[in-house]
Amino acid sequence: MMASADVTTAEPGITTATRPAVTPRKKRGNHTVVGIVAWILGIVFFFPVLWMVLTSFKTEGEAYTNTPHIVFSPTLSQYRTVFASGIWPYVANSAFATVVSTILVLLLATPCAFALSLRPVRKTRDVLFFFISTKMLPVVAAIIPIYIAVRNLHMLDNIFTLVILYTAMNLPIAVWMMRSFFLEVPGELLEAAEMDGARLRRTVTEVILPVVAPGLAATALICCIFAWNEFFFAVTLTATQAATVPVFLVGFISSEGLYFAQLCAAATVATLPVILAGWIAQRQLVRGLSFGAIK
Amino acid sequence: MTAIAPPVATARHMRSPAERRRQGWVRRTPLLPALIFTIIVTQLPFLLTLWYSLESWSLVRPGSQHFVGFANYAEVFQDSQFWTTALNTVVMTVGTVLIAMVIGIGLALLLDRKFIGRGVVRTLLITPFLVMPVASALVWKTVMLDPTYGIVNFLLRPFGIGHFDWLSQFPLGSVMIDMIWQWTPFMMLLVLAGLQSQPKDILEAASTDGARPLAIFRELTLPHLRRYIELGIVLGAIYIVNEFDAIYMMTQGGPGISSANLPFYIYQRAFLGFQVGQAAAMGVVVVIMTIIVATFALRLIFKTFSGTEQAA
Repeated sequence: MMASADVTTAEPGITTATRPAVTPRKKRGNHTVVGIVAWILGIVFFFPVLWMVLTSFKTEGEAYTNTPHIVFSPTLSQYRTVFASGIWPYVANSAFATVVSTILVLLLATPCAFALSLRPVRKTRDVLFFFISTKMLPVVAAIIPIYIAVRNLHMLDNIFTLVILYTAMNLPIAVWMMRSFFLEVPGELLEAAEMDGARLRRTVTEVILPVVAPGLAATALICCIFAWNEFFFAVTLTATQAATVPVFLVGFISSEGLYFAQLCAAATVATLPVILAGWIAQRQLVRGLSFGAIK
Repeated sequence: MTAIAPPVATARHMRSPAERRRQGWVRRTPLLPALIFTIIVTQLPFLLTLWYSLESWSLVRPGSQHFVGFANYAEVFQDSQFWTTALNTVVMTVGTVLIAMVIGIGLALLLDRKFIGRGVVRTLLITPFLVMPVASALVWKTVMLDPTYGIVNFLLRPFGIGHFDWLSQFPLGSVMIDMIWQWTPFMMLLVLAGLQSQPKDILEAASTDGARPLAIFRELTLPHLRRYIELGIVLGAIYIVNEFDAIYMMTQGGPGISSANLPFYIYQRAFLGFQVGQAAAMGVVVVIMTIIVATFALRLIFKTFSGTEQAA
């Protein structure tokens, strides 16, 4: 509210008519400068990832030099060690929890979001805001009863525990996101289907789903990213059988200058699937992160 | 708070009450599975936390569970470590959110301009957000910030910083460096979405009127961006208040509790100290604090939400 007041009072700033219009050539020069600055910053921000990947191809000896080596003969030995050290069960657990929870999320969220995108009623808003408010409550305040309940049900260190929790974790995001996609289905399309006397099932499968399919895919990718990266539930509720990839990385926590290259290889393996998924879904990322509020 | 429901549904079909009730259920049924699931998995635990916070209960001593009323709360408020970690939480959240937002605005302004390879730079810039938080913390802790072999100290060597031990000299800051790195892309993406939703004709009109770029930015762009910046700040704050991964991986809250935030401290109390009642009481305090922030968040999302609703 205050900023809008500022706009109306502080008008004189705009009226500098004496200044000549910017010539096209100067503009092009600006573009080059902007481009160079942006590229430098892009590389600076990307650098830790690049450095992680580079280090993962070094020998431990090369990783421990006072003057970091940019040029070195790459080796796959760190990856061999990581895969031989038993990362596979962790990858399998992560993949299972990610895929199954995402399927469950989509099965639960799609009908829900569809119902919420139909002719809005007052209750719609309440339901939507209930979902989003669950995302805002701190998990740490819920972990104790969850831990005790899971223990009493003998579900500690069980991958299905994570599946259920990840489903609950991603459901609100999916409902909001899917709803924003359903709202984009043109009303004429629905009316035409209704005029044809199509049943709800046919309307959904033949008219709506083709339109929202890209949204469904984007929602799935976002849910996969969050599930794959989740650590808090994994570290508190699993031990050996159901531990996921982030828990595998905990093993490197006290590697006081011993296994940098190997650690980087493990971190690269853990991170790569999500980076690729995120690059693919980057256009939809904003929408997912803002609960569909921003397109 | 204006009602968003336009009166379309009511006038269209005049049906009998029974028919309308049936229609209501047709519409409600698809909601129920998701709703019931969410209530059971996310709301029930909070009610139990509330109950546990009134009990004295040590997980390692079976049968120790008994009702103590508000004793846990009294203990929590007298615990100086609780206040230290609460302060850390505020410093960490405010610092990370604000710094990430300022850098994010800068990057978004750059990305809003045309230059060669813009898509590639955008992709490079969002990557930190996608890195698994645990992996990111591990990489920052070791190959980036290690006092002897870390590349940050190597790059700072010309400036006379040789063997600075970031994680023990500057623990909270080190964790924040990792978090700022991860959250800047988030802020950038939200602000960029705001910049790109700006009506171009108004900007062009101002520019042909001879307005200086800085004036245009201050008078037109910034007010327009306000909503997006606010959204970025509250959403970022909600996630960052709950930060756990980076602290667990980088410092374990140490040295001492100098880099622990409330979630990490509660975790320690519950899973290393097994003090269920006290941990639950702290959890309740955190929930109350979060609700205060979340109220702002919800109001903002609601505003944005009704904006798009009208546009749709």
